[in-house]
Amino acid sequence: MSAITPIVMPKWGLSMAEGTVVSWLVEEGAQITVGMPILEVESDKIANAVEAPDPGLLRRRLAAAGDLLPVKALLGVMAPAEVSEAEIDAYVAGYVVPAATEGEDAESGPAFLFTEVDGIRVRYARRGEPASTQLPVLFLHGFGGDLDNWLFNLDTVAAAAPVIALDLPAHGQSDVRLPGGAALADLAGFVLHFLDAIGVERVHAVGHSMGGAVAAQMALAAPQRVASLVLIASAGLGSEINRGYIEGFVAAATRRELKPVIEQLFADPGLVSRQLLDDLLKFKRLDGVSQALTQLGEVLFGGGRQAALPVTQLAGGKVPVTLVWGREDRIIPAAHAAQAPAAAKVQVLEGAGHMVMMEKAADVNTLILAQVKGAAPS
Amino acid sequence: MARKISMKQAINEALDQEMTRDPLVIMMGEDIVGGAGGNGEMDAWGGVLGVTKGLYAKHGDRLLDTPLSESAYIGAAIGAAACGMRPVAELMFIDFMGVCFDQIYNQAAKFRYMFGGKAETPVVIRAMVGAGFRAAAQHSQMLTPLFTHIPGLKVVCPSTPYDTKGLLIQSIRDNDPVIFCEHKNLYGFEGEVPEASYTIPFGEAAIVREGKSVSIVTYGLMVHRALEAAAALAKEGIEAEIVDLRTLSPLDIDTVIESVEKTGHLVCVDEANPRCSIAADISAQVVQAAFKALRGPIQMVTAPHTPVPFSPVLEDLYIPSVAQIGAAVRRALAGGSH
Repeated sequence: MSAITPIVMPKWGLSMAEGTVVSWLVEEGAQITVGMPILEVESDKIANAVEAPDPGLLRRRLAAAGDLLPVKALLGVMAPAEVSEAEIDAYVAGYVVPAATEGEDAESGPAFLFTEVDGIRVRYARRGEPASTQLPVLFLHGFGGDLDNWLFNLDTVAAAAPVIALDLPAHGQSDVRLPGGAALADLAGFVLHFLDAIGVERVHAVGHSMGGAVAAQMALAAPQRVASLVLIASAGLGSEINRGYIEGFVAAATRRELKPVIEQLFADPGLVSRQLLDDLLKFKRLDGVSQALTQLGEVLFGGGRQAALPVTQLAGGKVPVTLVWGREDRIIPAAHAAQAPAAAKVQVLEGAGHMVMMEKAADVNTLILAQVKGAAPS
Repeated sequence: MARKISMKQAINEALDQEMTRDPLVIMMGEDIVGGAGGNGEMDAWGGVLGVTKGLYAKHGDRLLDTPLSESAYIGAAIGAAACGMRPVAELMFIDFMGVCFDQIYNQAAKFRYMFGGKAETPVVIRAMVGAGFRAAAQHSQMLTPLFTHIPGLKVVCPSTPYDTKGLLIQSIRDNDPVIFCEHKNLYGFEGEVPEASYTIPFGEAAIVREGKSVSIVTYGLMVHRALEAAAALAKEGIEAEIVDLRTLSPLDIDTVIESVEKTGHLVCVDEANPRCSIAADISAQVVQAAFKALRGPIQMVTAPHTPVPFSPVLEDLYIPSVAQIGAAVRRALAGGSH
């Protein structure tokens, strides 16, 4: 029976307990390859395609459009042609949905960890085999974001290498305080201290938007600690940035005000669910967040200009760089990719906006894995 | 970080954090320091249901145990607010508002208006509302419509611990008098609440369940009954959208209208008595603003027009039930026929 591979309801982020099947994207009898989008699922936060974690022949589509099913429920079955229908029937009949464990994943320990760095409490997550000889992959989110921005990326990358994602200071569930003067150098220094605190010497860094500039700044400040960079819709290449977005995000106090601001992040504004907005408002309404974001926005992007361009200083450096952009990015123009360091690999993805790692998760994951695997071993 | 706490703990935490943040925040009320349950002041129970337990040990004489004279201490709290303090007065049961009503509706509610905007009254009056506590007609009323009727008062009635903490902190920081209604049967209800302080602005309803078949507009304990009803209705293919008003004054009618424009059907659920209720108000406003969006008659689910009965059997029948909400939804979708 081991020849049978289940396709199950994914778990996107800590709070997802169930999802609704929107539609199948492949027919029974299709040959599935790893990373292929096989069906569309909607959680209370976001809709996305489920990508095949394993290859195989799709024998059975079990879930129907509209079905609301728990995480890890059986959606379909893959098996080689020689497996009989009866064996598949028996597998389906015998399949039991593993019980959900609240707050932690039985396989990988606590979902979130906390540590204190320079007097600031930081929330972070680690996934993947702790004893792995692979260098860990560090994920840095953008302005106003948090580690859940990587909900479609962490688990996939964790299958190949340990992953670490944190909420930057004054973001997510980390303390609402900014390090130093909130300049890129302060943030990069803070993240290096965070790595010290959790005993990690060297990483592959993946940064989105502001987090990309932080990652590049880390590579400039401590090149021995950054094995490679994947910069996604990254700041730090050119001076333009959507001032209306930055100021609108900071100023928005209600769901009604926030929605049009957040819609600018996606090529498909339909991805902005009420839950996504509610979660952002929960963060923005914490005491001090508004002031911290105002300060950070002014220091890094004051007047709608990016203050520092660390990625352009990476030229001639020894750190391999992959740049990823969504063609329809309305926050930082994809044209900035032209400023890439000479040896960088550049990929501009069609049909995606600023949140390209959510909208084109499979492509971005493939690029991250290629960078991680392709980088010279330390 | 967020962790699960009860609504009672959320109230305590909001009061504690605001008293710590702002020395102008004080508390007054009957037995908010003392009461049964401990040997002395420092370990006393803290209010009739223990909501303020532990606050005296931290904040000392900024908590004032008052005589059993609501007319005196509600007036004192309003006066202190007019003079620059930020008092939180605990009235125990909202039913006791009667004896101090002039101070509330004729004084506090009017100061800003009658003094040309030069006077502010940042007072919060917390009180328990709602039936189901076997406490009879004088301790069980849902008087939210009474206060919503009066211009100059803000009226809050949360349904979750998260909303409770954020709305109570907002109430304390707000510069107008706020009637903060706490449903006594939700005190033990638990939910995720961040440890840090945060505020939720007044006048923003929450959509607690999305659906396209019918809009259920409600607040307080009834939000939970509506959710239960919606889960049952979903099995019949009816997807109810539930709007939790959270604040009754100011009222987020825009969110209600948007929802009705999507679903075409409206059921208003209100634990208050039906005449001049929140349900009646919402119904009237929707008919006025979005008549063409309605594809069937509005249904109201409320308590009957009687006092709350003492008999437990009758009291349970008095409070709008999950079954009544479900039936009202089916009626709304059937065009009003039974």
